[in-house]
Amino acid sequence: MTDVTTIPDVAVQLAGVTKRFPGVLANDSVDLDVRRGEIHALLGENGAGKSTLMSVLCGLYRPDEGTISLASDGRLKPVDIRSPRHAIELGIGMVHQHFKLVRSLSVTENVIIGMDGVPLRLDVDKLGAEIAEIGLRYHMPVEPGATIWQLSVGEQQRVEILKVLYRGADVLILDEPTAVLTPKESQDLGRTLRTMVAEGKSIIFISHKLDEVMSFADRVTVLRQGRNVATLDVSATSKGELAKLMVGRELSAPPARRAGELGTTLLELKGVSTLNDRGLPALREISLTLGGGEILGIAGVAGNGQRFLAEVVTGLRPTTGGAIEVRGKDRTGASPREMISAGVVHVPSDRLGMGLAGNLSLADNLAMRSYRRPPLAKGIFLDRRKMVVEANGLIERFNVMTPGPATPARSLSGGNQQKAILAREITAGHEAAGGAVIVAAYPTRGLDVGAIESVRARLAEERDRGSGVLLISEDLDELMAMADRIAVFHGGEVMGIVAPSETSIEELGLLMAGERRT
Amino acid sequence: MDLVTSILSIAVFAGTSLVFATVGEIIAERAGILNLGLEGMMIMGAVTAFATAYATDNAYLGVLVAMIVGGLMALIHAIATISLRADQVVAGLALTIGGTGLASFLGQELGPGGGPLVGLIGPKFVEVPIPGMSSIPVIGEILFNKDQLVYAMYLIVPLVWWFLYKTRPGLHLRAVGENPQATDALGVNVFRLRYLYTVIGGMFAGLGGAHLSLAYTPGWTENLTGGRGWIAIALVIFATWNPARAVVGALLFGGVNAIQFRLQAEGTTISANLLNMTPYLLTVIVLVAVTYFEAFRKKVGAPAALGIPYNREERV
Amino acid sequence: MIGFTLEKRLETSTKTNLLVLAGSLLVALSAGALLLLAVGASPLEAYGAMLKGAFGGRLEIVETLVRATPLILTGLSVAVAFRMLFWNIGAEGQLVAGGIAASAVALFLPGAAPWVPQNAWVYLPLMGTAAIAAGAVWGLVPALLKSSLGVNEIITTLMFNYVAILLYQHLFNGPWKDPEGFGFPGSAEFGEFAFLPRFTGRLHLGLVIGLVAAVLVWIVFTKTKWGYEIALIGENETAARYAGVSVFRNIVLVMILSAGLAGLTGFSEVAGVSHRLQQGLAVNNGFTGIIVAWLAKLHPLRVVVVAVLLAGLLVGGDQIQITLGLPAAIGQVLQGAILLSVLGGDIFSRYRLRMIRTTAKEA
Repeated sequence: MTDVTTIPDVAVQLAGVTKRFPGVLANDSVDLDVRRGEIHALLGENGAGKSTLMSVLCGLYRPDEGTISLASDGRLKPVDIRSPRHAIELGIGMVHQHFKLVRSLSVTENVIIGMDGVPLRLDVDKLGAEIAEIGLRYHMPVEPGATIWQLSVGEQQRVEILKVLYRGADVLILDEPTAVLTPKESQDLGRTLRTMVAEGKSIIFISHKLDEVMSFADRVTVLRQGRNVATLDVSATSKGELAKLMVGRELSAPPARRAGELGTTLLELKGVSTLNDRGLPALREISLTLGGGEILGIAGVAGNGQRFLAEVVTGLRPTTGGAIEVRGKDRTGASPREMISAGVVHVPSDRLGMGLAGNLSLADNLAMRSYRRPPLAKGIFLDRRKMVVEANGLIERFNVMTPGPATPARSLSGGNQQKAILAREITAGHEAAGGAVIVAAYPTRGLDVGAIESVRARLAEERDRGSGVLLISEDLDELMAMADRIAVFHGGEVMGIVAPSETSIEELGLLMAGERRT
Repeated sequence: MDLVTSILSIAVFAGTSLVFATVGEIIAERAGILNLGLEGMMIMGAVTAFATAYATDNAYLGVLVAMIVGGLMALIHAIATISLRADQVVAGLALTIGGTGLASFLGQELGPGGGPLVGLIGPKFVEVPIPGMSSIPVIGEILFNKDQLVYAMYLIVPLVWWFLYKTRPGLHLRAVGENPQATDALGVNVFRLRYLYTVIGGMFAGLGGAHLSLAYTPGWTENLTGGRGWIAIALVIFATWNPARAVVGALLFGGVNAIQFRLQAEGTTISANLLNMTPYLLTVIVLVAVTYFEAFRKKVGAPAALGIPYNREERV
Repeated sequence: MIGFTLEKRLETSTKTNLLVLAGSLLVALSAGALLLLAVGASPLEAYGAMLKGAFGGRLEIVETLVRATPLILTGLSVAVAFRMLFWNIGAEGQLVAGGIAASAVALFLPGAAPWVPQNAWVYLPLMGTAAIAAGAVWGLVPALLKSSLGVNEIITTLMFNYVAILLYQHLFNGPWKDPEGFGFPGSAEFGEFAFLPRFTGRLHLGLVIGLVAAVLVWIVFTKTKWGYEIALIGENETAARYAGVSVFRNIVLVMILSAGLAGLTGFSEVAGVSHRLQQGLAVNNGFTGIIVAWLAKLHPLRVVVVAVLLAGLLVGGDQIQITLGLPAAIGQVLQGAILLSVLGGDIFSRYRLRMIRTTAKEA
């Protein structure tokens, strides 16, 4: 910062970086300059290659082609970043989207893992004091002795950032840092980042959200299909322009809300409570109703009980209090199988963890709801040929791109996996007389634009047929456009149920942060 | 010597091989590697320890060789599971099956002139009373009138505990089995640590085997370990991956052996076969109790990444 | 700088699989050869003698099939449980429990219920059923502990092996010992109504039971709803729960089948080979079944083939003990080595080894 030049001071330069995975070209000859003292956003859709590019920069992956150069003594020198450790030595630190923390260890222990210069015998108290001090300097108060699993998500993120700062990083890479934060926590993070760039550090900020790019970043680089399509000053661009660059065409609006009347109540939760795996309350006396032909949006910061809502409604998790009624019939304590028979279908958030058995064939996966009954079942036997026939039908109707029904589900793209799950669940829902209850948990997360549009259209179509959709989403724009009502979750409670026409993103943000609607 | 003292004294003696094996397995599992080859490594340690000691007339050399053999066998497990990403359960079983067979093979070949080892009498570790301390009433007999390997155990267990909880490499060991991705991202070499600690775990197993064939039941017989390797694997769970608690568990099992001895010495009419069932039944009971209470307390139990191969560049 | 990296294969051809398998076997046999060289034996001679001893003639083949019979059944037993990722390491104990129960029927039912017709048509089914039930009970305790409390089944099934074996040793050395056996440990010989019919030499009906069982298990795996549920649980337990499959119920049912098959093995051995309860029932067939199942990739029909080949190794090992004076345990060593190298070699079917060059210099 001492020698003032007219040419902006470049801290990191990527030139022609290419990274391939089997069958995928993740980065295609990407160029990128990041200056000292700037927040540089890396914008792009899921799958555009942002995370891969940054994994190359932080030494997790090695590029197949291209060079990375770092500033040293006022000149750029090419470097071969061999490992994450080497990247840290070079002053590059990454804060991952999925926190890389060891949950059973303390804050201090997590920060000092892998550090050189820490004595063989650990003086945890002294190190902890140092860490707490750095935290205060950047407006990130932490309790050094606390164990990670006791911390809130926002606090865990601070630990991630502290790990990088404590190692003296000058270039910080933050991967989707606000995805798990409340609006208030995001603001605090912004303040922390400003303090850092004021000291001359450089920050690369990965995002797919236009709003936060506009409010956080100085410059922005847009990636699309692994290529750098533009690098712009944020002050000289607009959301519209960025959106167009990001997807390569105008964004189409999500399908609109239904205009007509609501059908009969399909699902009613009366004061439902449940516990998480640690035996702590995860849902506290939730009361909701879902009518036929309605989309009830569930908003909230990740980890505030939405997953548990999906699990109790589908019978996967027992309730500890309250009652669940499906079509007016009490189904409290019903097994997953009974819930399926009652017409509750489920598009789970974790596609390969729950929705699919990855190594089994697509045909096997598509039969998960229908294998018990004719025509697939004949007594105790299963007609494998019919299974393939049915699978082919679903693949065609739902436009699942796959070499064939014998392909393992794992090898499909995320979008096609989701289409397969939707195909199975929606078809199963059609068997429920008077409309199904469709629990859709983050159904568009991680998908490309084309797949997102098709998933949303399918859900809207089912709503129009008279089914009720419980749409759990972190995308507030999606909820505002599609949902008839939005229930906001915080700490396992419903903070309020609002109609999109009568609320704003700001109000939703306050509810998500735990301010109850009066 | 009264009954309780004598039982406790035998318990320490009988529990030593279990402590070594359990601590070794704790180290490997903390690094995220489940090694069900413990029984195979122990029995190979036992046979090579005895064969070496017999051939060289030096029990210490026997211990050294047993530890090397245990380490080499664990290295096979490490190559198969860490580099070649084989299933840890099956690879461990293969190691036990192959190790048991190999021990039996060697037992018929490593004796004098390529003959069998069975029935030979070789050098062994005997009690070396520690001057002063061995004459303390009760405690002296229980703790300080033992062989050198038992004394080694007194040193090793606190050392491993201190290493695990109070040092930087110990921190890395705990982190590697809990979240290898996170640890790797911080520049700790996950592969190297997993190799290192799997091999160290095997060396401990070999040491445990050596205590059996050189001190506890000196000599070589087929099936000398009698499932102690498996009991040690259960003890790891009992100890919740903490070396200090492993000692408690191992002494408990040693105590069961001791009570059996006493009962047989008193000329009880219960069949030896039935008495011998007790450690195995006790293992099951203890495991059920531990699992039940762990589930009850919802405590963080096994290293989270135990049994899962680590692969940095794999994309889902 | 040159390094290696593993790249996931998008598909694996049969040719690749066979090449990898051949390579793995070569590695294992080479390891065995080194061991033989170390004890001063000629590996070629020893392997030749093993091959001849196992498959060199009619008598040898018959002996190999006798040895393969229990391995087919225990291999199936293990394959059934492993298919659901239930680690049943307890086939050995379940086999022994089955052997004890079958022996109890043969030894004591004639005295306790003399009205039961003493012929094979009545007694063999009774003994078989008792053996299946005993094996199943032996396997059910770990299954229930696992499904209700989450107790690690590897340890419990293993510990139950030792309990069963000790019980069995207690019985034939003590209460069931033949008073007219000249002090020789072992029960009295069964009546001939409790013998499994023999085809030739010691080759008995157990082989047919094993083959039928293999076909039945294959039908369960590939043609039934239950087989579908087992595969689903084995691949992804969460997805199975999500699909409405009761994991608890399946653990219990699968273990009844798995442990029942192991129990049946005990029946086949006492009624087909020893005709009494004596030493030689607990000879690691349960453990070898794990190797059989895994090498057969849990495929029931392949289990039969692998069982015959591994039985050949064991019979060959016994043969070279007699002919060359080498320890028979070489058979078991080779089994362990083959399993390990096949396990390790599997990665080369799934991944391609690729050489990478990286720029050597850095700033």
